[in-house]
Amino acid sequence: MTEERSFFNEMLDDAGNPRSSYAKLAQWLEDKPPNFLKRKSREAETIFRRLGITFAVYGAEEATERLIPFDPIPRVISPGEWRRLSAGIDQRVRALNAFLHDIYHRQEIIRAGRIPADLILQNEAFLPEMVGHDPARKVYAHIIGTDLVRVSENEFYVLEDNTRTPSGVSYMMENRETMMRLFPELFQTHRVAPVDRYPELLRQTLESVSPNQAKSDQTVVLLTPGIYNSAYFEHAFLADSMGIELVEGRDLFVDNGKVFMRTTRDPKQVDVIYRRIDDAFLDPLTFNAGSMLGVPGLFDAYRAGNVTICNAPGTGIADDKAIYAYVPDIIEFYTGQKPILNNVPTWNCSNEDDLAYVLDNLEDIVVKEVHGSGGYGMLIGPTASKRQIADFRKVLMANPTNYIAQPTLALSACPTHVASGVAPRHVDLRPFVLIGDQVRITPGGLTRVALKRGSLVVNSSQGGGTKDTWVLED
Amino acid sequence: MLGRTASSLFWMSRYQERAQNTARLLEVAYRSAMVPNSGQSERDEWRFALATAGVDYAYTEKVGDITARGVINYMIFDKDNPSSVRVCLETARNNARAVRTGITSELWEALNTTWIEFADVNPQSITQERLPDFLAWVSQRSHLFRGALLNTMLRDDGYYFSQLGNFVERADNTARVLNAQYWVLLPDNDVIGDGSMERSQWTGILRTLSGLRSYRFAYPDAKLKAFNIAEFLILRKEMPRSLAHCYDWIDDTAEDLQQFYNERKPSIDLAAALSKELHEAEMRDIYQSGLHDFLLDFIRKNNAFAHQLSLDYNFA
Repeated sequence: MTEERSFFNEMLDDAGNPRSSYAKLAQWLEDKPPNFLKRKSREAETIFRRLGITFAVYGAEEATERLIPFDPIPRVISPGEWRRLSAGIDQRVRALNAFLHDIYHRQEIIRAGRIPADLILQNEAFLPEMVGHDPARKVYAHIIGTDLVRVSENEFYVLEDNTRTPSGVSYMMENRETMMRLFPELFQTHRVAPVDRYPELLRQTLESVSPNQAKSDQTVVLLTPGIYNSAYFEHAFLADSMGIELVEGRDLFVDNGKVFMRTTRDPKQVDVIYRRIDDAFLDPLTFNAGSMLGVPGLFDAYRAGNVTICNAPGTGIADDKAIYAYVPDIIEFYTGQKPILNNVPTWNCSNEDDLAYVLDNLEDIVVKEVHGSGGYGMLIGPTASKRQIADFRKVLMANPTNYIAQPTLALSACPTHVASGVAPRHVDLRPFVLIGDQVRITPGGLTRVALKRGSLVVNSSQGGGTKDTWVLED
Repeated sequence: MLGRTASSLFWMSRYQERAQNTARLLEVAYRSAMVPNSGQSERDEWRFALATAGVDYAYTEKVGDITARGVINYMIFDKDNPSSVRVCLETARNNARAVRTGITSELWEALNTTWIEFADVNPQSITQERLPDFLAWVSQRSHLFRGALLNTMLRDDGYYFSQLGNFVERADNTARVLNAQYWVLLPDNDVIGDGSMERSQWTGILRTLSGLRSYRFAYPDAKLKAFNIAEFLILRKEMPRSLAHCYDWIDDTAEDLQQFYNERKPSIDLAAALSKELHEAEMRDIYQSGLHDFLLDFIRKNNAFAHQLSLDYNFA
């Protein structure tokens, strides 16, 4: 039913001819013998499994570590497309940081009546504890993963801004490594912008926001919830490639307003913490008292300006789904420019008119939980059964403020290796952005692909896979 | 280095060593149970394996009667048995995973591949016939781990902690294997003096500690004697599983650690004292004051060293 919907094919134009950025790749695919991709896929899987590149699936007791399926056909982005995308992302992340600084200081945007005060002040993601605090360089969200989808030649939409602790960057890098091992010849015929500087740039970014810039030797650590976290592989990978310690909460302690790590020798003072745990677990004294993952007293040390936490506590307000609808206003308000990238039109189910519209059109739209993530608890109308829609209607009506809705976008599709050969499958894109002394956007990002025919759900927890993403250079 | 990293490297090695020890214990039980024998019933062989690993009570509680099938399953696959091959391999890997940044990719791949292959094994498929091959596989994977460690790890504090874990576990295992049947190693127990009664236990002990062949080279007349076997496994430094050898290695490594950190901690002194004691000991004196007491005392001191080490270097 769904595969008949029309969508933008990134490789082929309407006449079925390869677009120019895909020309060489299309020819290469055509030249290969039938079982070639299957063999290469198996090779890739062996590499991933041996290296332990896995993610955890919650609720699946037996196979708690799984591989994300890897598709061996790269996605290609032309230099012109990338210039426009990166300009849009740059604009967006600067505006979001300005917004965060504003709402935790003078709240001009509320005074100007551009955003309702309640939407911010009553929001769970807004941390009153952050009011008046000045983070280094006024940066709150240092690492952002902007989720984008494409619907036509020139139309990209931002789905989510992910300003908390976005993950997936290790897949971007490992996918590239694997591709270079599997298909060296393709890299000779394509000028692919490299992604391997990411860890170095991340470290540079983190050091640039240390509270003590005079110090020559900054101590940066990565704070992980531990080996059972779904993204643990990535935490270890990043710490390793940056050459910094991978710490758990119990490895750190606060003494006299400063943060230290327990080493085999004397305690060592920590300047910057790249945390991969949620706000609520950071510090049991300030936030969730039951947290075993955090560090007692950490927040006070942070407020005292003795350590930088990246991303800052309270950045979640910037990617809250209820705030999302206002991001175009936020961009205009702080930058004075029109947004370069589109927002998806959004209905807020806490608003009565919007809710009525949503309930009338459940078959055609996507409904998401305001605070949900990972593709759980959502309804995709066009692919849902009547029964699922009826069930969801009850859930939605019971608690409408918990939901937003958006039109179903016709996600673009890229050539993907499937059982029957090569076929188009829907994709999204998450480029990774670093914000410190500069804004640095790594060319490419993580392309997630819905491996099921017609499916629009790309989340790895729901059976999606990944692809290497090539930004071509001029 | 984080204290937790030191701890993980220490325990990674301990558990990998323990996996191999458990496998060898089972292999010997399996072998002895096949030999028509020796005064002991088949069940005693399996019971001996459980007792040496210190899990005989836990087994009875959980499984009940001692059967070959029950013990094999408990010692290889049981998630509640801290010495089962499964728990050892999984714990070793989890510790390695926690310090991915502190070990080489060769070492990680050796451990990780072992775990992936182990996790794919269906317990039902390990029948008595397949057991020897499977246990040999466990041993080989342990050798691969140790080879990768020795060949690729930087000689810094991380390496030292991994060595200490390895040899603390090995020393503990050797002492427990000896203690579990110490009476067959008492020279005056051998009434007729030809060792005919103890023969199968003696070879079992030597096999459990991979020393049957090497014993014959270490003692030119090659005859099995309680006195010589005990001496070989306790005091002979050239025997890689003897207590003296383990403490030679521990003492050297502790010295390296002290130099690396440029600070002498109490655990370094404990290692030196225990090593010296084993150097100066004579088998005659050990028998005089009691083999059983000697072994229990050693197990205590070995534990005390490991405990002090964890305090000195802030193991989390």
